[in-house]
Formats: sequence, C-alpha cells, structure tokens
Amino acid sequence: MSNALLDFEKPLEELQDQLTKAKQIQEKGKVNVDSVIKDLESKIEKTRKDLYSNLSAWQRVQLSRHPERPYSLDYINAITDGHFTELFGDRQVKDDKAMIGGFGEINGQTVMFVGQQKGNNTKMRQYRNFGMPNPEGYRKALRLFKLAEKFNKPIVTLIDTPGAYPGLEAEERGQGEAIARNLYEMSILKVPVICIIIGEGASGGALGIGIGDRVLMLENTWYSVISPESCSSILWRNWDNKERAADALKLTAIDMNKLKLIDGIVQEPVGGAHSNPGGMFDTVKAEIIKHLGVLNGLSPEERVKRRIDKFCSMGVYKEG
Amino acid sequence: MSWFKRIKEGITTSTSEKKETPEGLWYKCPSCKSIIPSQEHEDNMWVCVKCGYHERIGSAEYFAILFDDQKFEEFNMNLTSDDPLEFVDTKKYSERLIESQKKTGLKDAVRTASGMCNGYPLTIACMDFRFIGGSMGAVMGEKIARAIDYSIKHKTPFLMISKSGGARMMEAAFSLMQMAKTSAKLTQLSEAKLPYISFLTDPTTGGVTASFAMLGDLNIAEPGALIGFAGPRVVKETIGKDLPKGFQTSEFVLDHGFLDIIVNRTELRTKMGEILGYFAH
Ligand SMILES: [Zn+2]
Repeated sequence: MSNALLDFEKPLEELQDQLTKAKQIQEKGKVNVDSVIKDLESKIEKTRKDLYSNLSAWQRVQLSRHPERPYSLDYINAITDGHFTELFGDRQVKDDKAMIGGFGEINGQTVMFVGQQKGNNTKMRQYRNFGMPNPEGYRKALRLFKLAEKFNKPIVTLIDTPGAYPGLEAEERGQGEAIARNLYEMSILKVPVICIIIGEGASGGALGIGIGDRVLMLENTWYSVISPESCSSILWRNWDNKERAADALKLTAIDMNKLKLIDGIVQEPVGGAHSNPGGMFDTVKAEIIKHLGVLNGLSPEERVKRRIDKFCSMGVYKEG
Repeated sequence: MSWFKRIKEGITTSTSEKKETPEGLWYKCPSCKSIIPSQEHEDNMWVCVKCGYHERIGSAEYFAILFDDQKFEEFNMNLTSDDPLEFVDTKKYSERLIESQKKTGLKDAVRTASGMCNGYPLTIACMDFRFIGGSMGAVMGEKIARAIDYSIKHKTPFLMISKSGGARMMEAAFSLMQMAKTSAKLTQLSEAKLPYISFLTDPTTGGVTASFAMLGDLNIAEPGALIGFAGPRVVKETIGKDLPKGFQTSEFVLDHGFLDIIVNRTELRTKMGEILGYFAH
C-alpha cells in the first residue's frame, strides 16, 4: 500500500499513523493488540472506499499524476510478462525518450506497443522530458505503426502526457505537422488499434497517438483539449480556478464516456492504480485481450470505415 | 474604382473600419506606420502598398478575391454551436456565442462555399478570426467535413484557408476531437484523388496547425504569417529566453521544410489558377 497521500486523502493519515504504532507495540510482543489492528485496518478500508466513491474531477486529475502511478513501460513489461523488445528511433533525427515503443507478446499474439513515458525520479523525469514528446516522438510512433501494419500486427497505445513539448526545436522540426500526420495516418491503419489513457491525456500531444478503434480511459485519468491549470490561467487569468476548470472541461472518464468521446472506462483498484499495480495490469491486459478478440473478427476495411465514421460523428451543433 | 464591385449591401468589411481614421478615408499600417488612402489600401487587397504588410481579412474578402465574378454557393449557413458542456468561465459560453454573432454578423468561425476560380471548380472553407479568435469547435469541424463531402461528390479541389488561434476551449474535448474528425475526413478526399490545398494565414496555431492545416497536398502561406503549434509566448516561457527574430513566421516555416510556397495576397488569385491548372491538365 502506498504511503504518499494526496491532500484529499488526509483522513487516512491519522488512521495509518495509529496502525503503524499498533504494529510497533505488537512487535514488542508485550500487549495483544490484534483486535485494535484489525479494527484500524477495516476503518482504513472503509474510509478509503468512502473517499474514492465520490471523487471530484480535480481529485482524479491529481490521481492521474500521482508520483507512484505506473507508467507505460510498467504496463508493457507486466502485460507481456517481459516478452517485450523496445525499438528506438524515428530513422530521421533521433530517438525521443518521451515516446517508447516496441514488439511485445500477449497470449502468443504479437502486439506493437507505443506510449508516452514519464520518469519516476528527478533524473529520469528529465531524461523522459516529463512525458512530453518532440516531433521525433510522434514520427517514431508512426514508424512503429507502419511496421506493425506491414506485418499485420495489432497496435496498443498507452497515453500519458502533459502535452507535446512546446520548445523551440520542436517548432523548428514541425511539431504541428508531426501530430497532424499521425492523426491522418492512424485513421487509415489497416490493423486493429486500441488506445488507453493510463494517466494524463493532454490535448494534441495525447491525440497524436490516440486515433483508435477503441479509445479507453482508466477510471482516474483525464483527457481534454487543455489542462485545468492552463484553462484557468487563460479563461480566468489566474491559477486559482483549476478545480472549477476541471469541472467545466468535463475531462474525467465518466464524463468523456457519457459524451461518447471514448469507447469505455477501465476500472481501477480502490485507492487508484498505484495502490495495487498488479491488479491494474491484470485488468488492462484483460481489456486488451477482450477488445482485440472483437476487432480481429472485422475486416481491415470495416475497421477503418468504423474508425473514421466514429471520429466524424463527434461534435454537437444546432442546425437551422 | 474598387478592384471588385461591391454587390448589393456589399461585403461587411471584417477589418479596416476600426483601424481607419474617423473619416474612414485613411489606413495606418501597423508595420511601417505609413498613412495610406483606404481606397488604395483596399484596391491592393488590404496589403500595405509601402511595405507589403498583410492586414488580416475574413471569409467575405477571400471569397471575393478567389471566386470568379464573386459568385459562389454558400453551405450550411445556419449551423451554430449547441454548447453541449454548458460551459461557464467568467461568462457563459452561450452568451459569448450570441455576443460574437451579433458583433460579427457571422454564425461561427468558418464559412464554406463552392464556385469557380479562374474557370476551375473550387470548394473553399475559410475561417474568420473575428469570431472567437477563429477557434475550432464542433461547428467548424462539421462544416469542414461537409465541404469535403461536397468536394468529393462534385469532384472539386478543396481549399482550406486557416486563420485561427487553435482549439475552442469552451468545447473542451469536443474541440480536440475536431482535429481527429477533419484529419480522418481528409483521408477520404485523398482516396478520391482530389487536390487539397491548405492556405495558412496570420495566425495559424495550435490544434489547427496540428491537424488539417499541415496536411495539404500543397501547403501555402501568406507572407509574414504566424504559423506554429505552440504559441510564441508559451515557447518563450519554455526556453526561458527571447525568441530568435522571425521565429514561426511563414518564411521560417518554409525554410524548415513545412511549406511549399509563400504567396502574396495580391498574386493569390493568379497563383491559385496556375495551381488548379497543374492538377487539372
Ligand atoms: Zn506598411
């Protein structure tokens, strides 16, 4: 169980402290505190359940960024049971460490995995550029998509980015064009494509690997055109309205599913993906297998047609 | 004499009025500060006769410039936003829409039409920056998609004139998905082997750049336009120093390999005829 608590998890803090103390007493072996420990454990479980049964949009945004949350490579290694070979480079400029990909195996079936990658300590966060790809990352992703298509292998993308990198060189090398090209090419990939938002789904940076036959969101993730913080700073001209912005943007999995902008929600363990990564990996693996089973039964033409029709149907407007 | 005849009520000029002197007879160029008679400025298609600065214009002016005899059929004129998220920031989005509609006389930030250009059939989608910064919401996505459908059905080339700050935040993820929608739609135009010409004007940034604007068979721009994914202020904050001169201008984007040509507005009509001819013959 994780010890890094978010602000809204405060009610758990005191209970966990008490539990730690009780366990220390028990270790000394002088007093029997079994029933106290049992009591505390069930209280903690109930408190957590209550907290997590009614999360606000902003709280889910916080969970999506939890420092202990599993990242793309954690999922891939677990799902493939280590049968994964990472492939590097866009064959043009360089290898982008914020975007990873490669061949892996699920139940004897080869799958091409592609995803943004964040780091789990200061050094690695910088190495991964905080999960913000440059144009090379999107072009590397496209190279791997085409490789998968050539050999008729399905594609799974794992989305977790605070945005495409807004740097000077990214502009020079055509960040806009790189993302645009992926939107276009992913629309017509002949193989099944499943996209799963596992953390942050920020705008074009997320969408750049997000055009799929199935787009799924884990329960405590967000997906929108802008982060709540940036939205607050632009529309309210300050950073204090991020919680209101999170509500207004309707960026949670529940909202996005209701609006029919995604195809489904993947349940997380109570306490979030990081509280039980093993359970989370099993759930995601089962989802991939389930959807691939259905998608493999369709012809490439039918899949592409349905994929294009789905995205073309998105949008609400009035006529007349 | 104006270079084009103003028909009936005439074209609602999207730009000049405010910037002109009270008498409405003079235009002051924000670039070189020259004072130019309004009529002369308009006759030069709102391009400064002294320095070549391209004043921002709207769909009315581009349609007038490009369509033969200024004749065209406009589509889906009554498509408007439905505010599906009931979005409220410091103001209600629904109120912002009504205000913008009143102020501009437009229904949303893009207009679509078909007609002839130098004797060739052409379907055009053209943005209006005056309408909430040319931002892309569901109406824009749908109108572009339907214009592409029209191009396919009637076998005409498609010209997209972009002038936009990017996504319309008040439509949140709906706005984001218009990038996917329009890009997916363009695959069908491509499948039909019809030319897609993307014309980028000042400014073209954000989600518009990261979708259809960069996907032309030909990417063309007006000189000196701001073209980029991230806005200059954001890039400056990211790198923590001043941006090099000319960063994210049309000329910069062409030098980095993402534009085919830069066309002066005064030559746009002729050049478009030439280009349509290459595809037609
Ligand atoms: Zn001038």
